[in-house]
Amino acid sequence: MSHYLDHNATTHIRPEVIARMSDVMGQVGNASALHSFGRRAKALVEAAREQVAALVGAPRPQDVIFTGSGSEANNMAAFAVPGFAYRPSAVEHAAALQARADALPLPVDARGQLSINDEDLSQAIVACQLANNETGILQDLSGLAATVGYLHVDAVQAAGKIPVDMPSLAADSLALSAHKFGGPQGVGALVIRPGLDMPAMIHGGGQERRRRAGTENVAGIVGFGLAAELALRDLDSYARHTQDLRDRFEAGLPQGIEIVGRDQARLPNTSCILVAGKSASILLMKADLAGLAISSGSACSSGKVTQSHVLAALGIAPERAGTALRISFGRNSTHEDVEAALSFLHRALGG
Amino acid sequence: MAVNSLGLNKAPSETRVVVAMSGGVDSSVVAALMHEQGYDVVGLTMQLYDHGEALMKKGACCAGQDIYDARRVADQLGFPHYVLDYESRFKDDVIDDFADSYLRGETPIPCIRCNQTVKFRDMLATAEELEGDVLVTGHYVQRIEGPQGSELHRAVDPGKDQSYFLFATTQNQLDRLRFPLGGQSKEETRRQAERIGLAVADKPDSQDICFVPDGDYAGLVGRLRPGALVPGDIVDLEGQVVGPHNGIVNYTIGQRRGLNIGGSAEPLYVVRLEPKLNRVVVGPKSALARSLVYVKELNWLGAPLSADEPGQEVRVKLRSAQAPQNAFIRALSEQHRDRAVIELLEPAFGIAPGQAAVVYDGERVLGGGWIEGAEQMA
Repeated sequence: MSHYLDHNATTHIRPEVIARMSDVMGQVGNASALHSFGRRAKALVEAAREQVAALVGAPRPQDVIFTGSGSEANNMAAFAVPGFAYRPSAVEHAAALQARADALPLPVDARGQLSINDEDLSQAIVACQLANNETGILQDLSGLAATVGYLHVDAVQAAGKIPVDMPSLAADSLALSAHKFGGPQGVGALVIRPGLDMPAMIHGGGQERRRRAGTENVAGIVGFGLAAELALRDLDSYARHTQDLRDRFEAGLPQGIEIVGRDQARLPNTSCILVAGKSASILLMKADLAGLAISSGSACSSGKVTQSHVLAALGIAPERAGTALRISFGRNSTHEDVEAALSFLHRALGG
Repeated sequence: MAVNSLGLNKAPSETRVVVAMSGGVDSSVVAALMHEQGYDVVGLTMQLYDHGEALMKKGACCAGQDIYDARRVADQLGFPHYVLDYESRFKDDVIDDFADSYLRGETPIPCIRCNQTVKFRDMLATAEELEGDVLVTGHYVQRIEGPQGSELHRAVDPGKDQSYFLFATTQNQLDRLRFPLGGQSKEETRRQAERIGLAVADKPDSQDICFVPDGDYAGLVGRLRPGALVPGDIVDLEGQVVGPHNGIVNYTIGQRRGLNIGGSAEPLYVVRLEPKLNRVVVGPKSALARSLVYVKELNWLGAPLSADEPGQEVRVKLRSAQAPQNAFIRALSEQHRDRAVIELLEPAFGIAPGQAAVVYDGERVLGGGWIEGAEQMA
């Protein structure tokens, strides 16, 4: 019996999405072609654009630029304004943190909130996530847009889990990824403020209004759109369900386990715990051998578990950060999953 | 219940076998054989150093090709595989030791230090945490159950025997280790790799020290210990300067090539390194002869050594590529049983501190220690 509790890494594609994508994949058509096959493909992409815009309250669908991933969207934003400095928050995903070689991270306080003090950021692109992938801690971005030259919001972990409203954030751009909320892997979007001129990173074709060359991933984009529509419709039930499981999980934890950001606004589905005295990487292996899929910090592509820069930025010492596990619930998670995770932790702690 | 192929009283499916996988042919075959025999296999690969840094390539991935190769084998066969981040331990226990050893004028063998520390101390501990019954490696060496417990023996294939590199394996570690390749030839291993269809079947054996892929040991020591590559004098046995050297790190005892000294009737060899004086001392071959070898950190797997002269009659290997020679070994004293004196029946030439002295009784490894010094009996 296996239990998948790593929904922040990726989550199940919704069955409706699979069915719809499978349909679309059965049809031929390059969205740039002028014939009927091309026009049909183009129409599918444009319908999805509307669905994705609606998920984040973007007033104009044409401001949605489809990309190959959330990482690509974050990279694009880092080059949005030529001549601007690039200042990602210290707890950003690597895709934002490492998007530019000259990135100069902005510190966060012990609660994970951006602390800008008196810095003049009027000539800077500030990248900040709405929800942190490791801890689930939400950033309070109110008023930030007014004090920085360009605000990019990485909403990859937040979208589809909590309400995201781009106009009220006053963000210049916002990054999304389909597979975090029931869409397919390999498709993301950068949503930009109306009227913004976004330089292309991939050249050689007129797709996406010359902002991102390459034949559209029609099936992926259709899946993204449908997943966005379903996620928006189900935001309340998603939050109720995952928070119920998360809270049960946290209430049942053995003594001595600390919950990161417990008293803060967090994603409903995420729990980041510190298991004092235990090596997270060994716990992950033991969990995997017991059929329990969880994660820790950020894993290198080799599978090597590296020190979490997020926990370090929160001021958590390396010895403690090395004990951090992330449990993230999803729409399909059950009470049995919670019980399995708890009994694993009780066993691991010798309880 | 029959005893399984690993000597355990359990069904293979009930036996968790943790395999140390380097990504090379040998350990991949071992993992595959264990899996084929129905064991509950878990593969582990150590991430020992930042591969990008070792190659001095900025932006290269931290993991080398070997980790990917090991992962591919595990995926292909369908058993779990994990990467252990031992970078900081490897730095402390192996790389720093390697550099410091050179600075002391020694010629270190980091592969043995690695086996002794991260591999058989740390990885074995991890294998136990993962509820492994045994840790299996692809070393060519045999573990044989003897009347007094497990014994370490040379591999059946003399050309591949790795017992020299495993002398520091303790009795306690040996009890929990298995070396299924020790009883077969390398050709047999390659045939098995092909039969199983492993992608690594044609992969060449590794040659260099893994963390010095370009073979420039001196350059690495220079980077790790700035100031280590100070030029100085090469002197003869009388202390007369006969030439310059570019840092003692570049020399090993017994070395003849690359000294760039002319004008001597007979060939000159490095006889001694003097780190405090930053001198390389050279002399004729006869000046290299040594018949008493002192070893420290003795690891002993045989019956306890006495300190009485002349000691136990054994065969000893003083360099990995040298044949064993006849000798007597005894503990340095009753108080210092972690040190030993080895008396060679015939003097040896080019004994270098930092190398290992490994002691055999026929095919069996009785133990060994690190060479700390040698002298010629008066």
